[in-house]
Amino acid sequence: MIDVSHLSKIYKMDTVETVALNNISFSIDKGEFVAIMGPSGSGKSTLMHILGALDTPTSGKYILDGEDVSKLSKDQLAEIRNKKIGFVFQSFNLLPRTTALKNVALPMIYAGISKKERFEKAKILLGQVGLEDRMEHTSSQLSGGQMQRVAIARALAMNPSIILADEPTGNVSSAQSDEIMGVFQNLQKQGHTVIMITHESSVAAYAQRIIHIKDGAIEKDEKSKRGKKE
Amino acid sequence: MDFIELIQSAFEALLLNKMRTALAMLGIVIGIGSVITLVSLGQASSQSIQTQIQSLGANLLTISPGAQRSGGVQGASGSNTTLTYEDATAIESAHFVSISKISPEVSRRAQVTAGKNNTNTQIIGVTPNYAQVHSIAMQSGSFIATQDVTGLKDVAVVGTQVVTDLFGGADPTGQTIRINKIPFTVIGVTVSKGGSGFMNQDDIIFIPIITAQKTIFGIDYINSISLSATSANTMTQAENDAGYLLLSRHKISDPTKADFSIFSQADILGAASSVTGTFTALLAGIAAISLLVGGIGIMNIMLVTVIERTREIGLRKALGAKDKTVVTQFLVESIILTIVGGILGMILGIILSLIISSFMSLPPAISITSILLAVGISGGIGILFGWYPAKKAADLSPIEALRYE
Repeated sequence: MIDVSHLSKIYKMDTVETVALNNISFSIDKGEFVAIMGPSGSGKSTLMHILGALDTPTSGKYILDGEDVSKLSKDQLAEIRNKKIGFVFQSFNLLPRTTALKNVALPMIYAGISKKERFEKAKILLGQVGLEDRMEHTSSQLSGGQMQRVAIARALAMNPSIILADEPTGNVSSAQSDEIMGVFQNLQKQGHTVIMITHESSVAAYAQRIIHIKDGAIEKDEKSKRGKKE
Repeated sequence: MDFIELIQSAFEALLLNKMRTALAMLGIVIGIGSVITLVSLGQASSQSIQTQIQSLGANLLTISPGAQRSGGVQGASGSNTTLTYEDATAIESAHFVSISKISPEVSRRAQVTAGKNNTNTQIIGVTPNYAQVHSIAMQSGSFIATQDVTGLKDVAVVGTQVVTDLFGGADPTGQTIRINKIPFTVIGVTVSKGGSGFMNQDDIIFIPIITAQKTIFGIDYINSISLSATSANTMTQAENDAGYLLLSRHKISDPTKADFSIFSQADILGAASSVTGTFTALLAGIAAISLLVGGIGIMNIMLVTVIERTREIGLRKALGAKDKTVVTQFLVESIILTIVGGILGMILGIILSLIISSFMSLPPAISITSILLAVGISGGIGILFGWYPAKKAADLSPIEALRYE
C-alpha cells in the first residue's frame, strides 16, 4: 500500500544544508492505523508532507498504491492529493463563512463531480460522523470537535486510499479528543488506512502501530498496546 | 467545476466582502464612465462644429486680404485693405462657369440701440447674394435687395439673438434701430442657425454693403469675398479663376506674393476637425489614465484578497486544486469585478453625457464603438490586472500557505 524506501529530504538555505529526513524506509499495509510520533523538529511534519504528496523527497522512493509519487509533476501531485489522500488538519482548515455541507463537497469539485452528486455524497458523509443536523451550519457555528468531524467527513469525500491526520486533536478539548479518536478507530474498522502525526503518546495509543521519529530517522517502530478505550 | 458554477462561486466570494468589492469596482466605474462621457462629448462637439461650419454655406470659398506689410514688418493675416468692392464686381462680371455667386462683405462690431435697449453685435455689410452663398433663410420680411445696396438705403436685417436682445422677442419689422447712432429700418428677421458664444450666427445685423462702407465704417475696402462654387467638383477651378483674376487686377505676377488668400470651407472644416480630434484624443487620454488607476485598484484589492485567503488557497491545493484551477478562480473574480464595474460605468457614462450634452445644447452623440471599447477594455483590465494576483495565488506552496497565519 505505502512503501517508503531510503527517503531523504534536505533543505538548502543559502549554503547551509538541513537534513530533515535521513534515509527513512518503512511500509504501511492497507487497513492499518499508524501513529507517527516525535518531538518537534524531528522531521515528522516533513514526512507527513511527503506522504501527503504536498512535497517531494530529495532522494528515495515513495510508492503509493503501486505508483511512484516522488517523481510526479505539480499537477499530478494535485491529482494524487485529490483522489488518494484525505487530509485532517490540526486547525481544521474549513472554509470560513461556508456551510458544513459545502466544505465536505469541496474536494469533489476538483474531481469534476456534478453538484447534485457532490451534495448527496456530502450528506451521507456528514451523517456518518454524526452531524446530520449541522449540515447548513457554518464553521463559526460549530464547536472544535464538530469542526474536526466536518474535516474528517471532507477527508472521506473522495474515498481516498489513506487518511492523513496532522495532530487532529491539537485544537479540541480532551473530551472531544476521545470522540475524534473514536471516529478514526471506526474508520479503520471500515477498512480505511489511517496515518496520524502526533506528539502526544496518549493520542498515539489509539493506533495499532507507532513509528517513533527522531532527528530525521526512525527510532522505534512498535506495536501499540492496543485496546485503550476501545 | 463547470462555467456557471465557477461564476456562481466567484460571485459568492465577492459578496462575502461587499464593501471592498464595491470600492474596487468604483475605480472601474469611474474610469469607464469618464471614457464614455468624455469621448461622447468630444464627438458631440466636433459634430456640432462641423454642422455649424457646413451651415455657413455650401461649396463656399472665402477670399481674404493678405497680411499688411510695411517695410519688414509683417502684419496679421486679413489686416490688409487691398480687397475692394470693385474686385468682387470684376469677378462677377467675368461670369466664370465655376462660380455661381459672389458675395463681398465688410464686417465690424458696433453698438446698436433700439429704444432703451442696446447691444454690441456684429454688423455685416452685404449684397443680396449673401443670403444664397451663406444659406440664410428669412423668418419674416425680406433680405437686403439690390436697390438697397445701390440706393445706399438705411435698412437692416437682424438675427434672432438681436431680436431677443433689442426687442424682447417681439417682431421688429418696420421698427428703427440705431447703429452707431444712425437710424436703420428693420426689414426682416433671419431664421435661427444656432451656435453659441462667438460662433453665434444669430447675433448678427445685415445692412447693405455700400451703406456700411460709407455711412457706418467710413472705409473704401472690403473684408472678404465669399464665393459659391457651382459644385463641389469645381471648387479648385473656382479658386484658380478668382485667384488669377485678382492677381492680374492687383498687378502681381508671382502667385506666392499674392496680397490675398483663398480658403475653402473644406480647409476650415479640416482645421476644425483636427482641433476637435486632438481635443477628443486629449480627453480620451485623461479618461484612459483614470481607467488605468481603476485597474491598479482592482489589482491592489485582488492582491489583498490573495494574501487574506492564503490559507484557503493552501487548503484548496491540498484538496486537489491544480494551479490552473486556482488561477481561473481568481481571474474569474477580477473579471467579474471589472465587467460589472464596466457595465455600471457604461450606464453612468451614458447618463452623464446625456445630461452634459443637454446642458451644453450639443447633440447627444453616444457612440456604440466607445461603449464596446470601454466594455472590452474593462474585460482586458480584469485579465491584465487580475493575472498577477491570480498567478501569485497559484504559485503559493500548499505547505507554506497552510501554515500562513
